[in-house]
Formats: sequence, structure tokens, C-alpha cells
Amino acid sequence: MNISAEKLDSFQLNRKIKAAVGTVHIDHCFGQRYIGSGMKEKTLVIHGTPGNALGSYLDGATIVVYGNGQDAVGDTMNSGQIIIHGHAGDGLGYAMRGGSIFVRGNAGCRVGIHMKQYQDQKPAIVIGGKVGSFLGEYMAGGLIVVLGLDEQEVPVGDFIGTGMHGGCIYVRSNKVPANVSAHVSVQHVTSEDMQEILPLLAAFAKYFGINVENLAGDEFYLVKPNTSKPYAQLYTKN
Amino acid sequence: MVRNERCTKCHICQRQCPYGVHQRIVDSDTGAVHIVADDAKCVNCQRCVAMCPMRALKIVKSNCSYRENAYWSQKAVMEIHRQAEQGGVLLSGMGNPEDYPIYFDRILLNASQVTNPPIDPLREPMETKVFLGSKPQTIVRDHTGRISCQLPPQITVAMPIMFSAMSYGSISLNAHLSLAQAAQELGIMYNTGEGGLHESLYQYGKHTIVQVASGRFGVHPDYLRNSAAIEIKMGQGAKPGIGGHLPGAKIGPEIARTRMIPEGTDAISPAPHHDIYSIEDLRQLVFSLKEATDYTKPIIVKIAAVHNVAAIASGIARSGADIIAIDGFRGGTGAAPTRIRDHVGIPIELAIASVDQRLREEGLRDSVSLVVGGGIRSSADIVKAIALGADCVYIGTAALVALGCHLCRSCHLGKCAWGIATQDPELVKRLDPEVGYKRLVNLIRAWQHEIKEIMGGMGINAIESLRGNRLMLRGIGLNDRELSILGIKHAGE
Repeated sequence: MNISAEKLDSFQLNRKIKAAVGTVHIDHCFGQRYIGSGMKEKTLVIHGTPGNALGSYLDGATIVVYGNGQDAVGDTMNSGQIIIHGHAGDGLGYAMRGGSIFVRGNAGCRVGIHMKQYQDQKPAIVIGGKVGSFLGEYMAGGLIVVLGLDEQEVPVGDFIGTGMHGGCIYVRSNKVPANVSAHVSVQHVTSEDMQEILPLLAAFAKYFGINVENLAGDEFYLVKPNTSKPYAQLYTKN
Repeated sequence: MVRNERCTKCHICQRQCPYGVHQRIVDSDTGAVHIVADDAKCVNCQRCVAMCPMRALKIVKSNCSYRENAYWSQKAVMEIHRQAEQGGVLLSGMGNPEDYPIYFDRILLNASQVTNPPIDPLREPMETKVFLGSKPQTIVRDHTGRISCQLPPQITVAMPIMFSAMSYGSISLNAHLSLAQAAQELGIMYNTGEGGLHESLYQYGKHTIVQVASGRFGVHPDYLRNSAAIEIKMGQGAKPGIGGHLPGAKIGPEIARTRMIPEGTDAISPAPHHDIYSIEDLRQLVFSLKEATDYTKPIIVKIAAVHNVAAIASGIARSGADIIAIDGFRGGTGAAPTRIRDHVGIPIELAIASVDQRLREEGLRDSVSLVVGGGIRSSADIVKAIALGADCVYIGTAALVALGCHLCRSCHLGKCAWGIATQDPELVKRLDPEVGYKRLVNLIRAWQHEIKEIMGGMGINAIESLRGNRLMLRGIGLNDRELSILGIKHAGE
């Protein structure tokens, strides 16, 4: 089903999308917000620039964007997939609990804050370009991979992993990420570590048409929490 | 600890105390058994006193005290000793215990006589039901003259009292079960707090307010949809401006599963929501939740009562929220830094009056309902809060006291002897939800009856007539400034 978002505000567009059946193609999307909020089934294919909170609380649906996303993509996402063929904004995957987000280009600051996981419910974020500061703050679980394709410098910003106490962040880079928080350790990946992300790299390659053999053999750093209690010594005992 | 001669050395006190106060000593010469108490470990939870079958125990204030000093109290000195030794932030449980003015206790209620008769609540129906949500600004009629009623979603409560947010993690599952069952029986709501919703509580969905806090623990679409309303927690009276911290010791397997974090690790809720940095961002979060639930749930925004609470409330009213919840500085907590709890925030009485006044001035009062909490102790406090401008109150500490809490304020240690603020299975089983919920029902029904009596005495028969009715209040011993902020006259005027 095709919907033109032209001249529709967020409320009107979302009503149309929710009423539609089957795969929904949306074009002339221009900043309309909350597209796919809480959506369970369906596939949405968006041409243009969806507005903030795309796929927030996503619960199983698939969203493909031919264009850039804005802020708060996949906010508190529970399951499903978001695939963006451009860049994304700040606050991607805040408190993400499951499902996966793939971004071909860059993402902004505050990616993957407070990501969580439990047993086999493990969210994943894969960014093809670079990200800004505060990556993975308060992370409690899940996987973030930053590939820095076409980047010469380290593709992550400052203060990675402040308050991190679970999960892992993989950074593809020739240089060690600097200015990381005191709560994390940074090491070269082992081949076991790489096994963890091979399926994600394969999926990324499939969605965006890139050769995965090249990626898997490159230099990667693994950022992990160095303690389960980053703030344990903060308080006095009674 | 004072033990009298009725003691039969049954050792129940030793088994009941989670802090290791009572110890069994066997005299190596005579073989005689004694029980002695290590007073320094006692937190005054009153469990042993209540459980002793011989009523042999009494807890009195220790006379081992430092030299008297009106300025350098013993507490101030001991706290410096503790920080000098360990170098950490002081942590406390429950609400602000310090000696600040209590405005509830300086406000008096009216009663009708002669000129305007009281109403007999035993004979006349008294309406305590309240509807919380955004009300329309104008009346719209269709072509036949009938009111065309397009109401935004509302919550209906049988009386203007709801159980406040207390997270699963800070309190036990049995405490949550007691609150949920009581809310269902009473026709009111309870609040999940920021720890998510345990599956055994899903059946109480119609009486559940689900909370979305900065850590977003347990937030997924089914959680959101299985609720009567959704509350965005922006702040809390006990710790305005800072985040939450549930120690790893309290994160067992059930909590880890409900919150989706590793067992034994600390659960941190960051200070701001790291995706809400402005009022526009808040509006975005409100509407993303409305969109995710198809506009079927009222959205509550909870804030702490701080200095510019009136301006903040005005902003929230414009952000699309249906209900504003304000938590005063006496609000309780499982754990908060002591200095923040005791020195940050303002009394709820002043906050209610100034928010109600500001929203009226801006023509926004009907677009939101006001729910207030933070140290509501009795039905008198409730009547005063409503007369100052609230639509409904939240009770937290009072509900836990009904379940057995004695306000020893050791919640942050996780060893609550009453099975309330702990995750230790041996302690949690001391709180039987079948007994707990009945105690809560008893308390709230009693308060409902008292509220009806007080209203009848005032000559009104519905909460609607009480709400914001400052004429029913008079101050006593308050200065002009306080009277003007509260919007009430002095007794005698």
C-alpha cells in the first residue's frame, strides 16, 4: 500500500499508516514524528526524512528508511528492525531492549544509552559510519558495533561507556579509542569476540550491499565494563 | 534495648532481627544461657518488640550521648566521623525527617453551622469519586443540542487517593501484590514505580499506573497497554534533580529479569532522561507514548516540588500531559543521598497552592488534573490538600506503614524486618499479601469515611465542591507571606 506523506502532519500520517494493511510505502516523508511507535507487525518503507521518535517502542515491525533518520530513533525499542540507508540523529536506541538497528551512515551523540538485555533478548546496533560522544552510557546489555567505514580517525567520540555495567561495544579502528570513561576497559578483539558479531556484519552487508569479508578481518577494539558496580564505592556503609 | 524479667529466652527476638542485635551467650562455667543485645546494631524497626510473646522488650533512646550542643548535634558529629572514615556519600531511606514547618498542621478546616447546615453523611450520599485527566475547555453541542462529548482518556478512582510509585526492587513483590489487590478492591490505582511490572501483577492492569522513568526498566508496549495510565517520572520529592540507584545486593534473579539488567549489578536511573533535555523533548516523549498506545491512556508527568514548580507545571500542562503529579519534599524513597533528601525541595502544601493558582491564572487549570503526594499522613492532610487545589493524593509512606513499616528508615540496607523493603526471600515471606491488602483496604476505607464526615461537616457533598475551595481553610500561626502563598485567610478572619 502506498501513502504520500505530503501535507500531512504527524497525527494524520500515523492514523493512515495504522489503518493500512500489508507493507506500507510512504513517500514525501518530511519530518513527521512517531512513525511506527509501538508497532507490532507490518513493514514500513519510508522515502524521505522521517521525523523524531521513529520506531519508538517498536514491538516487532520492520522499518526501512531511504533517507536520513532524525533524533530518538528506536527509543525503548522492544523487538523488530530498523534499517536506515542514510544517517541518524542523537539518542538512537535509548533504553533499547531487543531487536536491531542498522545505520549505513553516521549516528549522533548519546547512542545506545541504557541498553539492556536478558538471556536471549539481546538488542544490537550497527553503525556504518561514526558516532558522537557518550556512546553506550549506562549500558546494561546488548551489542553496539561502530564500523567507521570511510573514516580515517577513530569513529567514536569522547566519554564512551560512562556508568556501563553490561554489554559490549565493538569499534573498528586502527587507533585505540581515547577519552573513554573510567568504567570501561578497551582491548583488541579476539577471534571468539569476533564470532559474536559476524552475524551482524553479515546482515549489515546484506542490507547495504557491502562485502563482509573485508570487514571481518579488520582491526577492532572491544570496549567492555571493567566492573559490575561502577558506582559501588560512592556511598558510605551505615 | 531494654529486656525485662518476663523474658523466657525463647530466642524469637534473635530469629526475627535481621541486623544481628540479639545474641545468645552461653556462660562457659555455669552453662547458663543468656540473651544479650548489641544496641549499636539496632535500627529501631520494632520487630522484636512486636514479636516477643512475653512483651519483654522495649526500645528506648540511648543515654550514651555526646555533650549537649544546640548547634553541633550528635548526629552532625557522627556523620562527619562516618565520612571521614569511609569517604562516601551519606545514604538514607524514607522521607525527610528534619524539623521543618509542617503547613498541614497549621491549617484548620471549616465546619458549617446555623447559616449553612452541615450534611449528614449517614443519610445523604457523599460523592468521593474523582475523574483524573484533561477536561475540555468548552462545551460543544451537536445539531440536536446534545453535548458532543469527545473526552480525552481519563482515570476513574472511587476516592481521591492512589498508591504512589514504589518500585519493585525497592520494595518486595509481596508488598506490590498487597498494593495491587487493595487498589482493585478499593477501586483506585497503584503505581509500579520505575522497576517494571512483574507478570503476577498483570491481572491488575486496570488498576495499574505504569511508570516510565529515565532507566526505562521494564518498559515495553504490552507493559504500556496493560495499564490505566502511564506516568513519566521526571523527578521525585525525596531526591529532586538526581537519579536513582538500586544497589546490586537487591538485584536478585526476579528483579534482574523484570528490569533486564545483569544480576548483582547496580540498577541506575540517570538523573535526567538522557533524551529529554527541554520541555519540547518532554512533549515529544508524551506524544510518542500516546502514539504507541493509540491515544487510549492518560499520560501523567511526575515532578518534585522545587522552587519554580508553578512555572514547571505550566510548561507540563502545555506539553500535552493529562495529569501532573507533584511530590513534596517529605516524599519517601528506598535510598537517597541524605543531604539531597533533607535539604532539597519544598513542602507539598505550598506547591499545591502555587501550582493551582498559576494554572488558574493562565486558564490551564482544566487541561490537567493535579495529583499530589509527599508526606500525606491522614485523612485531614488529604482534605487540606484537596482544598488547596489538588484533585487527588498519592500515598506512599502511609501505605507501607499500613503494611507494618515502623519508619526505622533502614530501607537502603535491604534487610527490612517486615518484609517490605527487602528482596531477601526469608524476610519477604513475613509479608503475606492476603493480610497486607486487607490492612490497606481497612486504612483507605477508614480514611474515605473520615473524608465524608469532614465534608459533611463543611456542608458539601462532593469532592468536586472541595477541590480548590480555599475558603474552607484557615491558617493558624502563619505569617502574611505564608497565608498569601497558600491563598488562605488566618483563623478568626
